[in-house]
Amino acid sequence: MAEYQNLFTTVQATGPLHHGIELGQGNSPRLGQPLVSYWAGMLGNAQIGPIYLGTLGLASLICGMIAFNIIGLNMLASVHWDPVQFVRQLFWLALEPPPPSYGLHLPPLNQGGWWLMAGGFLTASLLLWWLRTYRRARALGLGTHVPWAFLSAIWLFLVLGFFRPVLMGSWGEAVPFGIFPHLDWTAAFSLRYGNLFYNPFHALSIAFLYGSTLLFAMHGATILAVTRFGGEREVEQIVDRGTASERAALFWRWTMGFNATMESIHRWAWWFAVLCPLVGGIGILLTGTVVDNWYLWSMKHGVVPPYPAVFPQVIDPALLQGAKP
Amino acid sequence: MAMLSFERKYRVRGGTLLGGDLFDFWVGPFYVGFFGVTTIFFTFIGVALILWGAAMGPTWNLWQISIAPPDLSYGLRPAPLLQGGLWQLITICALGAFVSWALREVEICRKLGMGYHVPAAFSVAIFAYFTLEVIRPVLMGAWGHGFPYGIYSHLDWVSNVGYQYLHFHYNPAHMLGVSFFFATTFALSLHGALILSAANPKAGEVVKTPEHEDTFFKDVVGYSIGTLGIHRLGLFLALAAVLFSALCIVLSGPFWSRGWPEWWSWWLNMPIWRQ
Repeated sequence: MAEYQNLFTTVQATGPLHHGIELGQGNSPRLGQPLVSYWAGMLGNAQIGPIYLGTLGLASLICGMIAFNIIGLNMLASVHWDPVQFVRQLFWLALEPPPPSYGLHLPPLNQGGWWLMAGGFLTASLLLWWLRTYRRARALGLGTHVPWAFLSAIWLFLVLGFFRPVLMGSWGEAVPFGIFPHLDWTAAFSLRYGNLFYNPFHALSIAFLYGSTLLFAMHGATILAVTRFGGEREVEQIVDRGTASERAALFWRWTMGFNATMESIHRWAWWFAVLCPLVGGIGILLTGTVVDNWYLWSMKHGVVPPYPAVFPQVIDPALLQGAKP
Repeated sequence: MAMLSFERKYRVRGGTLLGGDLFDFWVGPFYVGFFGVTTIFFTFIGVALILWGAAMGPTWNLWQISIAPPDLSYGLRPAPLLQGGLWQLITICALGAFVSWALREVEICRKLGMGYHVPAAFSVAIFAYFTLEVIRPVLMGAWGHGFPYGIYSHLDWVSNVGYQYLHFHYNPAHMLGVSFFFATTFALSLHGALILSAANPKAGEVVKTPEHEDTFFKDVVGYSIGTLGIHRLGLFLALAAVLFSALCIVLSGPFWSRGWPEWWSWWLNMPIWRQ
């Protein structure tokens, strides 16, 4: 009963190293001598490497390193090049976008120019990595589901740092680099636009975030529960259904009256995960461009009740006679 | 009969925890069992109480219906039905239904000869709900600290409780919880996409193998965790997200009552920074 829950690989079979599926013409050789890690083997595959670098991978890593270094050196400069203070204040340090007064113009380097450059290199790095995932999938004859899912995350990244700032007419709208600074930005953004909890696309995005977590818990647990029947060999089970798939399906059918198949569960998974940043990006893009206050928007559409006026009426001083703006 | 082509041979007696053969039957696709009966019992009462509370409330607007917990002045005592008593009974019914559902899953696991991973994972979610609605209110001394049952009212609760601690994003357990939620979704997209890409290859190609899946991830990032490992990783990430979420809220109030940004001052004031 309790002896085979398959949470760790207790007995590891050691076979010859696998150097990967043969690549066709026009591909670089793979890099690195594979190594075997006992601890990696406890959880999953024991073999680490080799890796395919290639031109796109190299270019992506170089762009990413440039962005990383611009951000790090700016943070270091902000503590007067003191390495101790850099470590001490690391979570508080920021590379901020330009102030709003620069609009979409090019600011001086220390007024957000570095931020713009870091963002540019980071975007280049991500797009090059996207091309890399596409090329690697095609080189192995696989479908391109991974790159299209990745594009959904890139969409949210570009909405936050590029599309929305462009629509709003100011780089200053974008998110700063930094641990606490980006959290501060998130809180301030929510407050400025009438609480993002009232943004229905935000609500949907969170539902897909929690839904994805629920799905992975359900799917991961189901597959682990039928590994004694070979359930983890999912592609094999898709084309040639075995008792593992049948039991996994019947478990959910008997539990909740509905079941996925070994293939369709991965379609559910793909869509839930992809829709999370996809609808989240829509919600961000609409905020400030189309909708200025999500609470008032929700009240207008009957989603939230008008709150009782608990404070006495206040006259806006800007509307008083003779007021100077 | 709502049966799949291969289903009949799996519909066998046995595996029950309680009730022997008495409730060992199916209704349509659903397995019943003793805990199916208790699930129906708690669900029926809980939903009826919600509907009654909604009928007594000011609106039938689906977004605005809300069953609130008692006022803080009631402490941990039972409250009159329309002053939070309904919330208390609904919470009991919800826990009864959730636990019954988990035990019913255990019976189904036993019937199908499966591991107990699903009910174990589900009990982590039940624990998070229990933390929010029972453990934290008890530690803080009033049921009024639970969240209300309503679509937008529970969002208001999350927003308000967050601002009571000034800026909830600075809560370290919240930071970890959110990171695990993002990591789970990221891993799920990669896993779903990888299986689909192997089962649905480039036009004209044969279906691919786990060797292709492993090679793809090794080529891209240098490591592939493998067909078995990804399900362990996914389950771990998902449960960690839930556990850290439970931790982040039970810390707020019972163990930390000031703004969360302030919590980080221990780091800034460590003696090692003195020069």
